Amino acid sequence: MNFSFSLEQEALRQAARQFLAAEYPLSRVRSIMQSETGYDPAVWRAMADQGWQGMAIPEPYGGAGFGFLEVVILMEEMGRLISPVPFLSSVVLGANLVLQAGREEQRERLLPRVAAGERIIALAFTEAGGGWDQAGVTMAAKADGDEVVLSGGKLFVIDGCQADTLLVAAKDNGGIAVFEVSADAPGVERRAMQTLDLTRPMAEITFDGVRVPSQSRLGEGDAWASIERVLDLGAVALAAEQVGVASRCLEMAVDYAKVRRQFGRAIGSFQAIKHKCADMLMAVESARSAAYYAGWAVAVDDPELAVVAPLAKAYCSEACFRVAAENIQIHGGIGFTWEHDAHLYFKRAKSSQLLLGDPSYQRELLAGRLGL
Amino acid sequence: MDLRENPGDAAFREEARTWLEEHCPPEWRNLDIAEGSDQHLEVRRSWEKKLAAANWIGISWPEKYGGRGGTLSHYLIFAEEHARVGAPSRLSFFGEGLLGPTILAVGEDWQRERFLPEITSSSVWWCQGFSEPDAGSDLAGCRTRAERDGDQWVITGQKIWTSLAEHADHMFLLARTDPAAASHRGLSYLLVPMRQPAITVRPIRQLTGSSEFSEVFLDGAQAPLAWVVGGLHQGWKTAMTTLGYERSIAVTNNLIRFRSEYASLVEFLRAEERLTDRRVRDRLMQLYSGLRVMGIGNLRLLSELAAGGKPGPASSRAKLFWSEWHRDFTEAVVDLLGAYGMLSDDRLAPGGGGWQRLFLQSRSETIYAGTSEIQRNVIAEQLLGLPKEPLPTQVEARQATPAAIERSAK
Repeated sequence: MNFSFSLEQEALRQAARQFLAAEYPLSRVRSIMQSETGYDPAVWRAMADQGWQGMAIPEPYGGAGFGFLEVVILMEEMGRLISPVPFLSSVVLGANLVLQAGREEQRERLLPRVAAGERIIALAFTEAGGGWDQAGVTMAAKADGDEVVLSGGKLFVIDGCQADTLLVAAKDNGGIAVFEVSADAPGVERRAMQTLDLTRPMAEITFDGVRVPSQSRLGEGDAWASIERVLDLGAVALAAEQVGVASRCLEMAVDYAKVRRQFGRAIGSFQAIKHKCADMLMAVESARSAAYYAGWAVAVDDPELAVVAPLAKAYCSEACFRVAAENIQIHGGIGFTWEHDAHLYFKRAKSSQLLLGDPSYQRELLAGRLGL
Repeated sequence: MDLRENPGDAAFREEARTWLEEHCPPEWRNLDIAEGSDQHLEVRRSWEKKLAAANWIGISWPEKYGGRGGTLSHYLIFAEEHARVGAPSRLSFFGEGLLGPTILAVGEDWQRERFLPEITSSSVWWCQGFSEPDAGSDLAGCRTRAERDGDQWVITGQKIWTSLAEHADHMFLLARTDPAAASHRGLSYLLVPMRQPAITVRPIRQLTGSSEFSEVFLDGAQAPLAWVVGGLHQGWKTAMTTLGYERSIAVTNNLIRFRSEYASLVEFLRAEERLTDRRVRDRLMQLYSGLRVMGIGNLRLLSELAAGGKPGPASSRAKLFWSEWHRDFTEAVVDLLGAYGMLSDDRLAPGGGGWQRLFLQSRSETIYAGTSEIQRNVIAEQLLGLPKEPLPTQVEARQATPAAIERSAK
């Protein structure tokens, strides 16, 4: 039994932290979040040069073939600087769905380009109901000769406006099928949604009789099991990101509590603040335990994944939000300003808490999987 | 990262489980919840003898001190399996779990040779004398004095909240050996025989109705001069070593106890057909998640210790987490019982009133071994590096009236 990362993994973390500090500081993040592009293509390319996008993609498909713990490390580091990049969408959700459900031809065609950072894939799953369960998919796929016609709307598509390829979930023969749709296909209309979290773009996408060839379907038969697994991976990756968000918030709060003086002493010497910080540390470290454990379960394909993925998502979401909120409180008035970064983290925390299913949804998932 | 149990540990677990299943009689199991741990002392005594005879005490200690020569993870695995069968709570907790590791860490060789075999053979039981009426969270405010008289210490003072005091043979305690030194600097960690006329033990009836704690009065009690652990006037450091164990390793078996309590709750709710209630499910899953995170946290702690660490301030995290989880859990249980939560050991009380007993008992857990507030101070000051609260005299000085400045200068 050994709970520590390998030396190589620690080196990856160090390299990632240095890279992000240099290439994607908060000043850059701020200019990106007010732009149309939603992410910095130059940083994205530089990440690809570092091998991030292909890290966990198997070697036959142009990746480096590392495991999910490397993804956990990268997500955590990107969380620390709330990096706006289509990593969760394209690398975690998109690539893994192609890997899980796609035909060999689709994997060979799509994955090397995702790994190279040349193509962005977004998962168009959620609809007006706002859910991430099977019942939430009402969009129907109608067969018409050797084509399929897709009509309906998708919401909350992460990086939907930034994507080149959309993976669209639709009802099919009582199950769910996923279709590969070019983002600029006729009948596809994309609108950037105005989001609370300015560092994670989302899109509303309408499909107005969009025609795709039947072979654009990912694999055959019901794809729900694949989607469910990929949503679990997304939940674990997001949990790891939340650990990064929360740990950075804790650092900000503690640093401030050490230097801000009131009543002639550092506010961090008052137990009212000190105990808040201690509770924040408890939340961060407990979340870290849950996220790392879940990441390990993905990496070794442990059957417990089905249990620990929703557990980690619910737990880390709540911990992260609490810590991000307390960070504002400890900063007092300055924490409520646009100028200070605390609000960016707070908004990321709330948005991530609701993304892929809120904590009570995840806990209900957990209860079901435990056989309750 | 590899979180699976290694084959050696798995084999040890099997061996421990088999032995416990064979040697712990069914009528000795789960007595604590049913009756309170002060109600079956003879059983606990006999159980310790059985454990000692089979060399299950001091599992991670060297064989030359009567130990089993195993690893720390063996010790923890045995504690887990011990809890799993519901065996009687350990009378040797203070000796095996706290004093032994402290002597191994900072004691002298002759102390290891003298005291450890007495623990592993279950011939001597220990109790802990840290708290005093005026020194609870402020442990350094300890006023019990030890004065040298020839080859003996003569100890005068009062200890409180002492578990097992009336059954223990010896006590390890903090006493002031240098009255001139400031607060925590003048303390020594002394070992004191309990069975002497100068020591009086008076049980304290707790809000649970039972008496697991006592007051201990020392009125010129004697202890050999050499029975000092970790050096003269170094008692504070030694006590912190002990507390590190008390807050972490010594109580990892709590987890198994909590798991079985949680499983009983699920079974109860299932039988009552309450598991379809969405709110019940959500509350249960919150508790389950905390329980799992506690277990993963224990794995992390164990992994750090196996890599050569000692339980430091991180043990405060473990203590805070388990005690507050258990408090929340027992509170939730009693709420879930609805009107039946108003009963105690009534014949209609679910589980014979055991749930209510746990509910009441859990209120001590966020107090003993360092209150939750003290743990938060330790976390904030030692793990996060936040400044200490200024002492009252410093605050006075800042208020800068000429009188105050003069006062603080004196």
